[in-house]
Amino acid sequence: MRLQRVWAWLALAVGMVYFLLPLIATFEFSLRMRRGVYSFDAYRVVLADPNFQATFGYSVAMALLTILMGIVLVVPTAYWVRLKLPRWRPVVEFVTLLPLVIPAIVIVFGYIRLYNTSSILPLTGTAMGTNLLLLLGYTTLALPYMYRAVDTGLRAIDVATLTEAAQSLGAGWLRIMTRIILPNVLVAVLSGAFLTFAIVIGEFTMAALLNRPAFGPYMQLLGANRAYEPAALAVIAFAITWACMGLIQLVTRFQKHTHLPR
Amino acid sequence: MAFLEISHLQKFYGPTHVVQDFNLDVEKGEFVSFLGPSGCGKTTTLRMVAGFETPTSGSIRIAGKDVVNLRPNQRNIGMVFQAYALFPNLTVAQNVAFGLKVAGRPRAEIAERVREMLGIIHLPELGGRYPFQLSGGQQQRVALARALAVRPQLLLLDEPLSALDAKIRISLRQEIRAIQRKLGITTIYVTHDQEEALSMSDRIVVMNAGVAEQVGDPFTIYNRPATRFVAGFVGTLNALEAVVTDPARGALTIDGQAVVLGRPIEAASGATIGVAIRPETLALGQRPEADGVLRGNVRDVQFLGSVLRVRLALDRQVVALDSFNTTALRPPAVGDPLEVSFATADMLVSAE
Repeated sequence: MRLQRVWAWLALAVGMVYFLLPLIATFEFSLRMRRGVYSFDAYRVVLADPNFQATFGYSVAMALLTILMGIVLVVPTAYWVRLKLPRWRPVVEFVTLLPLVIPAIVIVFGYIRLYNTSSILPLTGTAMGTNLLLLLGYTTLALPYMYRAVDTGLRAIDVATLTEAAQSLGAGWLRIMTRIILPNVLVAVLSGAFLTFAIVIGEFTMAALLNRPAFGPYMQLLGANRAYEPAALAVIAFAITWACMGLIQLVTRFQKHTHLPR
Repeated sequence: MAFLEISHLQKFYGPTHVVQDFNLDVEKGEFVSFLGPSGCGKTTTLRMVAGFETPTSGSIRIAGKDVVNLRPNQRNIGMVFQAYALFPNLTVAQNVAFGLKVAGRPRAEIAERVREMLGIIHLPELGGRYPFQLSGGQQQRVALARALAVRPQLLLLDEPLSALDAKIRISLRQEIRAIQRKLGITTIYVTHDQEEALSMSDRIVVMNAGVAEQVGDPFTIYNRPATRFVAGFVGTLNALEAVVTDPARGALTIDGQAVVLGRPIEAASGATIGVAIRPETLALGQRPEADGVLRGNVRDVQFLGSVLRVRLALDRQVVALDSFNTTALRPPAVGDPLEVSFATADMLVSAE
């Protein structure tokens, strides 16, 4: 019993060192821009860089649009599959998992081939078209997380009976979706949304190959040319991701109508 | 013309014939129960009336209007589900108000109606609660209020009490019936619980394997079951084998003991037929008004509080008898010889 405890703590300690040491080292390095003393100079430089502000703003906007698109696409699909096509669930689940199997670079090359300027739908011809293409790409990348999150949320409620109850009270599909289904899977949707946000903020491949001014390529560019600033940027990016994770935990407590078994 | 007319309703799931030529007329304000074992087609029939299932053929007319092609949200039917199905994200008051909001009623009217409905179900203080904060019985009352708030032309209840414990079940079935009477709403109630059906209904439809075996008031269903299935499903029944000795007089022997029914039996002399008698129509000892007697030895005695249940071994067969408990009653001992009497009019012959 005692020995088991020792081993458990040891395993935990090794894990902590493995994950935290590089982070601490990065953080420590990012503070050493000014010779001899620790300072936040690298952060000041990064945050003041207009390129940082522009690319970060762009990626945040893209992330929000991706989330919106994901909700509009995934919630009705997952709902409909649960309600009417339960036999198709494995198939739909498989499709939503494909982005994990097919690398982003393959997807983006496929996009470029399909939608280049000499194709029927020349999306890459304009900045707006390319933005749309990137948005679709991000939605695809986020699909596995979004679908799983929403599907898990739907599992917790009796979709079929709630739908029938609403129907018998005269409600149509739009009202059922917006007033009954969506509010009841909101926590799940939000956790999917924050994961999506984290993915889009750091995404490099698609943005770089479609040549869009996103945060991922900016991080890479900075990393190739500067010493201390990339470390600061990495810490900032980590902080954002962690903030997202923290928010997932937080929103689950906002819901008045559920008491989550914890 | 009846308020609800169901005629020649059929439903197939693939090759399975789940509802077979179902016909029923329900008058306005009537309370009709569909009673049967699980899988007998009672819920499917109810769901076809609600619009959640499409009949393979047949018609459903409410107030003279065929509703088969209407979607569930166009039928103005209130529905209460076994699983309550309250919207978890809405408060009790918002749940009750849901249908009225969908109908676009003015806010003041909705508030007034919600208050009225919460009063009817005796939960006036709980409007601000969420469903998870209510007990099962309270949730089902709210579900009833929600279904009734929109003043539906028909109320459908699909085993609404099955998920509740025994005490609440009994008090709630009285409450449901009282509310139904007060509002005079035409109601169809699906249940597999015969006691529920017998105690609540104006009429009962006993269903088996997709067929309506008998339609009648509770008294008739219990006392004059039309088929062997109805006799066996509603109430408990002693099913016995008997050998016909004289079909014209209705004379037969049960384990060698002669019983004369005094009415003709449609069976040949010497044939073995099934007869049945309810435990509570048997009495201990000889009674002047009883014209049938069976003798045997006591197999076992169960004391159930208000009722004493005695099982009597004849030669090969066993007969159960229920007797009300009185202080004057001396329970027989196991192994005692015992005589039980009954009115031969109460004995059912399965061919009848």
